[in-house]
Amino acid sequence: MTLSLQVEELKPANSEAPSIRGTLEKFKIQTEKLNAWFGNNHVLKDLSINIKEDEVTAIIGPSGCGKSTFIRCLNRMHELVPGARSSGAVLLDNANVYARGIDPVTVRRKVGMVFQKPNPFPTMSVYDNVAAGLKLNGIRDHQKLDRAVKRSLELAFLWDEVKTELDKSGASLSGGQQQRLCIARALAVEPEVILMDEPCSALDPVATAKIEELISSLKAQYTVVIVTHNMQQAARVSDNTAFLYLGQLIEYGETTQLFENPTEELTERYLTGKFG
Amino acid sequence: MSLSEEARPQQAKTPARRRLDALRTPRRFSADDLFETSSTIFAAMIILIIVVTSVLLIRGSIPVLQSFKTGFFTGTNWISVAGSESYGVLPYVLGTLVTSAIAVAVGVPLSLGIAIFLAEMAPWSLRNALSRVIELLAAVPSIIYGFWGLFVFRFWVRDYLEAPISSYVGAFPVFQGTPFGLDILTAGLILAIMIIPTVSSISKDVMMAVPSSQREAAYSIGATRWEVVRTGVLGYARSGIFGAIILGLGRAVGETMAVTMVIGNASGPAALPTSLFKQGATMASVIANEFSEAEPGSLHLSALIGIGLTLFLSAIVINVFAQLMVWKVLKVRAGSVE
Repeated sequence: MTLSLQVEELKPANSEAPSIRGTLEKFKIQTEKLNAWFGNNHVLKDLSINIKEDEVTAIIGPSGCGKSTFIRCLNRMHELVPGARSSGAVLLDNANVYARGIDPVTVRRKVGMVFQKPNPFPTMSVYDNVAAGLKLNGIRDHQKLDRAVKRSLELAFLWDEVKTELDKSGASLSGGQQQRLCIARALAVEPEVILMDEPCSALDPVATAKIEELISSLKAQYTVVIVTHNMQQAARVSDNTAFLYLGQLIEYGETTQLFENPTEELTERYLTGKFG
Repeated sequence: MSLSEEARPQQAKTPARRRLDALRTPRRFSADDLFETSSTIFAAMIILIIVVTSVLLIRGSIPVLQSFKTGFFTGTNWISVAGSESYGVLPYVLGTLVTSAIAVAVGVPLSLGIAIFLAEMAPWSLRNALSRVIELLAAVPSIIYGFWGLFVFRFWVRDYLEAPISSYVGAFPVFQGTPFGLDILTAGLILAIMIIPTVSSISKDVMMAVPSSQREAAYSIGATRWEVVRTGVLGYARSGIFGAIILGLGRAVGETMAVTMVIGNASGPAALPTSLFKQGATMASVIANEFSEAEPGSLHLSALIGIGLTLFLSAIVINVFAQLMVWKVLKVRAGSVE
């Protein structure tokens, strides 16, 4: 922290991208002039942003501002929607994931995702849900799978609740448990980045609190990018916050700074509930 | 006011009480009742049809069952010459089972391939056009399939399938006999073609009903397109797909005309399906072949009705067995996921 404060006046490498501190901090993901479309609908406009490693970055903004589209561009899920396309670059550890010859499948194994509604595989057991990604990677060794399943469920704060019923259906769990199961499933393939698309919007407050606690613990090992329409949630869990409006990045900064002292009027108005 | 009101004059009529009274208006026969009654009647007709069918089948087969007892089900003879009559349905039961098994073994993988292509791979316009074509295939009368089987398909089977198999592995018991084209294999393959429309179009619908969140879940853990289908789609849709297969199996078991035209119509012990290249017979094909020859009131007619009863029972047993298999496979019961 002290080191980064000393280099505050250094310009970031990508001078157009708003960055908070110096370049000595490692950026896990950098986007350069990222644009995205659904058909003729231009939903993301020249988004350039640097996302720091092992921190939680929240994306906030009113409905339809492109929050979800933005994170879906980061692991190339956006292009799966018929008629969707994108331009610009997304650098993961300085390598463009949209470069020619990059297989989106390998990108998605490095950049995991958790969705708005819990979506466990209902015909698989809890165990198989977590092991699904590993099995896709060809891991068949039972001991290895057992270890990975236990580790992932522990990381997702779910192990104690399900350790006696690992063979029950993934869909038999409660909503909050299902969402943590989905997080465990994402963690099992050992990604480097976890994207969360409004992970608590379908959950009750207790389950939400659990997930938020979980998110805070994940940043020790993972870079987390979370989309949320809940500003309090962004304030609670994130280190950095980006405010998107109509597909453009309006403001990006440290969460405390952005919430307490936003530089843009639009941000201020959104945060105070004047619109959105 | 009602009688009870007068009997309890001490009870004051509060507004709440008055509202309660308003809810207690005597029920008249409403549209809702009409709907309930009529739908109950329609539902009851299903049971009625099954009961009437079984009663008629059982009554019609009493003479043959009295003559041959359980031998009717285990016997292999089929002699309708007056004086030396002997009836046993075993060869035909086995013929039905073998041809249906071929149909499922060949038809189901093809159908699933078609369904996966249509539901997951094909662009929207192609999907619509091809779906129409497949539904059209389901509407082709079976005698047309029979004609085509008799005049075209059987030669293909004989020349391109049976002849090579026979020359390479003809020593195996199941491939013994001279390739002829009108045999159990051809009948099974025709059935396979005939169940494709049913199985593939229902499977396609079931797969398309799988929520996209399931596909996204699979993509997000790094699944390839095929792996998305396998983990995200087939798992979620599997009970529906089993349903489609059971419907296809039902069609294969009961199919009559096309099979009769290509199976070769052996009789008695000769119809035992010991080799795929043998002429055979199914329960349905025997009934179709002999019904016009049987004298009213004869033991022969009763034997044919007995075949009908056996077919009916086999269909029930196959369905129950298939259902049990589905339950066994779906050990992890599906919960609700949107």
